[in-house]
Amino acid sequence: MADTTVAQAGVIKTRRPRGFLLDLLVRLVREKPLGAFGGVIFLALLITGVFADFIAIDKVNEIHPIDRFTPPGSEYWLGTDQLGRDIYSRMVYGARLSLIVAFSATTLSIVISVVLGLTTGFFGGRFDMLVQRFVDAWMSFPDLVILIVAVSVLGPGMWQVIFVLGLLLGIAGSRIIRGAVISVRENVYVQATESIGTPAWRVLLKHILPNVMAPIIVLFTTRLAAVILAESGLSFLGLGIPPPAPSWGGMLSIDGRSYMFQAPWLAVIPGIAITVVVYGINIFGDALRDLLDPRMRGGGMSYKGGGVKRRSAK
Amino acid sequence: MALLEVKNLHTHFFAEGSVVKAVDGVSFDVEPGETLAIVGESGSGKSVTAMSILRLIPNPPGEIVDGEIRFEGQDILEMTDEQVQDLRGNKIAMIFQEPMTSLNPVLTVGRQIAEPIELHRQAPLDKALEMAKVLLRKVHIAEHDKRVSSYPHQLSGGMRQRVMIAMGMACEPKLIIADEPTTALDVTVQAQLLELLKELTREGHSSLILITHDLGVVARYADRIVVMYAGRIVEQGTARDIFERPHHPYTIGLMNSIPKLDQDTKEKLIPIPGAPPDLANVPEGCAFNPRCEFAVEKCRQQRPTLEPVAVGHYKACWVDVRS
Repeated sequence: MADTTVAQAGVIKTRRPRGFLLDLLVRLVREKPLGAFGGVIFLALLITGVFADFIAIDKVNEIHPIDRFTPPGSEYWLGTDQLGRDIYSRMVYGARLSLIVAFSATTLSIVISVVLGLTTGFFGGRFDMLVQRFVDAWMSFPDLVILIVAVSVLGPGMWQVIFVLGLLLGIAGSRIIRGAVISVRENVYVQATESIGTPAWRVLLKHILPNVMAPIIVLFTTRLAAVILAESGLSFLGLGIPPPAPSWGGMLSIDGRSYMFQAPWLAVIPGIAITVVVYGINIFGDALRDLLDPRMRGGGMSYKGGGVKRRSAK
Repeated sequence: MALLEVKNLHTHFFAEGSVVKAVDGVSFDVEPGETLAIVGESGSGKSVTAMSILRLIPNPPGEIVDGEIRFEGQDILEMTDEQVQDLRGNKIAMIFQEPMTSLNPVLTVGRQIAEPIELHRQAPLDKALEMAKVLLRKVHIAEHDKRVSSYPHQLSGGMRQRVMIAMGMACEPKLIIADEPTTALDVTVQAQLLELLKELTREGHSSLILITHDLGVVARYADRIVVMYAGRIVEQGTARDIFERPHHPYTIGLMNSIPKLDQDTKEKLIPIPGAPPDLANVPEGCAFNPRCEFAVEKCRQQRPTLEPVAVGHYKACWVDVRS
């Protein structure tokens, strides 16, 4: 035994695993170039939003009444709108707004999904039954109906949009986490932990939660895109973030639609931005899911096989 | 006083209107420091018996419907959930049969060995990890200082089972239940692991319940043997009794089906005909009667009880096979 152990230790030393994130990044670029492209779009959005104050030329709602409806050109890169506001600057601030809404609502939705999914999936029984019937009822309403009702009750505004979107997506997403928890719960190692006297809450947080991180991460990225799209849609319908806040959806509908023939860039530019960002985040999330799913990995069967050591890294 | 007394244990599973009597009236004792082997084929109720001792039967569908399990005189079945949690991993440890799946893939082995120490000794994580290193050395893992931060997939099957043993030993339990600890491992590794288990139980004066279907393992490591068939005990005695003077036709069948090194290679092994019964539909009378060459009319009607044939040697059979 001593010999084999030493030999195996040698293998590990020469093949020191890279850090998890670095490894993921390398595999993203190598195996999923399209996903990497989506990642770049996402990164660009992130940088634009965070450093909006330095990237934008004008302040948020600065107007240049003389230069109304200037087409894109050297002075105003993406043109101006009916009040003479610089579209480029508004797009940049719009990115920030989208990010704030997207991250807040997504985080809220993930927290709701994880809390509901972990508890119902793990404890099961009557508690699960009750909560799941509530989720069923909730999901039987079309999203838009719930959104319109909620916004008309709560009134328009950024925080209202965040709250409603977070709740909406959170409850629907709990199903995904619940499913993952149920499959993890059936593993022998969960039983093994219970057999050493670990209390339920500790099994849940220390053993189950880390094992469902992959679906949680994927849910997070797909939810980001969904929230950006939903926020744009709500603002387009006039139920989202009220003007003059530079929401992409709002720019598309309020300014863009009214002056579509006079100044088509008012509608085209936010439209392109929404499309590109949603597409980018979606393919990025897709690639992440593929990379994080152990079944899609090279050494996916590494937990089986009799007494033979296998490595997942190639 | 015996360390563990199991009396008349009945563990049943209820599924779609039928009742599977996985354990149907099992009684045995485990003395301090002894190794008791529970043998039987798949589905004979060995594992369920073991799980029942720690109250790990998933409910629903399973339920311990009757019986007593006394550990140090206290009935485990009467305890509150907190009391049982305090027992698990502390006084009674369990080692599972599949080292490949019984370790959490996302936690380092150190964290997993440290867990029972954190829980039962209230030790902070860094202290517990120090103890985990000591335990890894005890189970003879090379470079134990580095291994604490390895993940299960970086270890071989044998090493993982060593880690499981270290986890079980962490709180110096009085009783260790090893549920087929060596299946899915190759033969040389099996021997090393059993040697290790034996060594550690001797050191810690713990008792060991060894659940297995490998009679070779049993012959070498067990003090006493319980032979199970269809959820019941059919024969019980010292290892010597069972191997040299088996009384139950099933035990005799098992003995005849083991290849022996000194056996003439032309001589065929004698298999036990038929297959084990469906536990939802156990035959009338003795559960073994359809497969038994000695079966008489009484075997088809009345269920045999466990009767002594010598001191400490019991069998459940109507027929005196040996005469």
